[in-house]
Amino acid sequence: MPKILMSGNDAIAEGAIQAGCSFYAGYPITPQNELTAYMANNMEKRGGVFIQAEAEVAAINMVFGASAAGARAMTSSSSPGISLKQEGISYIAGAELPAVIVNVMRGGPGLGNIAPSQADYFQATRSGGHGDYHCIVLAPSSVQESYDLTYLAFNLADKYRAPAIILGDGMLGQMMEPLKLTTQGPKLKAKPWALTGCKGRKANVVKSFYLGEGDLEKLNLKLQKKYKEIAAKEQRWEELFLDDAKVVLVAYGSMSRIARAALKVLRGKGKRVGLIRPISLWPFPKKAFARPKNKYLVIEMSYGQMLEDVQLTLGGRAKVDFLGRSGGGVPSEEEIILKVNKIYNG
Amino acid sequence: MDKIYSHPQSLRDVSTHYCPGCGHGLAHRLIAEVVDELKIRERVIAVAPVGCAVIAYDYWDFDCSEAAHGRALAVATAIKRVRPQNIVFTYQGDGDLAAIGTNETIHAANRGENLTVFFINNAVYGMTGGQMAPTTLLNQKTSTTPSGRCAQSQGYPLKISEMLALLPGVKYIERVSLGSAPDIIKAKKAIKKALVNQMEGVGFSLVEMLSPCPTYWGLSPKESLDWIQNTMAKEFPLGVIK
Repeated sequence: MPKILMSGNDAIAEGAIQAGCSFYAGYPITPQNELTAYMANNMEKRGGVFIQAEAEVAAINMVFGASAAGARAMTSSSSPGISLKQEGISYIAGAELPAVIVNVMRGGPGLGNIAPSQADYFQATRSGGHGDYHCIVLAPSSVQESYDLTYLAFNLADKYRAPAIILGDGMLGQMMEPLKLTTQGPKLKAKPWALTGCKGRKANVVKSFYLGEGDLEKLNLKLQKKYKEIAAKEQRWEELFLDDAKVVLVAYGSMSRIARAALKVLRGKGKRVGLIRPISLWPFPKKAFARPKNKYLVIEMSYGQMLEDVQLTLGGRAKVDFLGRSGGGVPSEEEIILKVNKIYNG
Repeated sequence: MDKIYSHPQSLRDVSTHYCPGCGHGLAHRLIAEVVDELKIRERVIAVAPVGCAVIAYDYWDFDCSEAAHGRALAVATAIKRVRPQNIVFTYQGDGDLAAIGTNETIHAANRGENLTVFFINNAVYGMTGGQMAPTTLLNQKTSTTPSGRCAQSQGYPLKISEMLALLPGVKYIERVSLGSAPDIIKAKKAIKKALVNQMEGVGFSLVEMLSPCPTYWGLSPKESLDWIQNTMAKEFPLGVIK
């Protein structure tokens, strides 16, 4: 299969179109603008709808509407814009609508900066908006995976009728790598619940509002059952050298690429170092930690967010160290090597 | 004998939760009658607001979506773009359309979306207990303007229909009243025109209905109708705005 050179942002857009995404709404924000431009260039040509929305809030509510009408729909943004979308994401979760939301993370809090960051992990993996809900969260670490996981995100969103987030970052969005354009075609599901006009059936209603006594609790119990199933079936991760590792690095997204480079150097020097790279951040791949090793080193472009999931998963069964920077700082290969050397015999 | 009047098919045969003298039930019924007359029930997708009419989908018998407060026109835009053959309308109150949703309203209108908007103006937030709305009249008492709305600190009643009429994407705007029998007949005609416009691909159409809220106006149902005629319609003049 031929390979083409593409940026991470473009790969997400192309992956979405390959998955049958027929509606996209977005609003300009750096560092994800290439994705919106790609959709502007391609959606209408390829039979879809592109709207540059008047605001992030409008964009996510357009996704709500398109999904309610049965289309595969997506929006993308970067951290401050994703904060604005949280209300809409909560409604999408409550109305059990499938949708894909892309967050090309940048530095925060506030307007922050446009440097890559992983500081929105909590927002993505806990209910970012109001209410008891979860989004499926997938974290690509390469251009190829940006494409593949976006394709997967649409299928999972439809399967579970839940919002799915692609959690990338500015580094991954901007970098260019060869991409194999696998074209499986969309795997579309029938959506008998969608709003299409009530011809030949009872009227459909899409809503997240339950005023009757006990009704909202019933919905929440249904959601929790679904989340339990997702947590059991949809954990994804990559692991390296777990069999003999004395220290296991835990990193996701672009951070995992630097961790991997450090691992290579350390292995070259005879250090028994392994790697767990979570691909699904929610559900967190707890199964990867089933046989606790001596030591774990969590590395993030944040001051310790995924760290909490690692600690919760291990429940004190292993020592967990942390290396992180945020606000534009990226832990370097050298810093990781230094840290591993420090804890290796400690 | 010919049957000349019956319960609309598009309106479920249930009691509503609306207060005595409220205009929502009437507006729902007029829309349902027009949908039946135009034979579009099986093509309609309505978007309900947040506000007193939040459960409009329990009363209408056609496909409906909820929308977050103020976001009805973003939701409706997407539904119509995805399904251009369907007839899509929003039903929104003054707070929804002209306060929290002003952005969505102006931009859907400016894009000239081929949609229909039914805008219920009762000059007050009803569902939350009678607070000041963008359309509250000067000196009107509400729970958040206990001494009456004061222009100096609370601004003026917002005439969003007149504002929207300035936009080239907007094709039809009419303000009607639910305050008297002749006005109700005019309101129904406007509703029909706004939906026919969409069917014919004319573009963005909006019908603003001055609607009674006896509960939060502190008036009887009869006094409320008089207040629309004698006071509210002076601030919000009836007729075709565009």
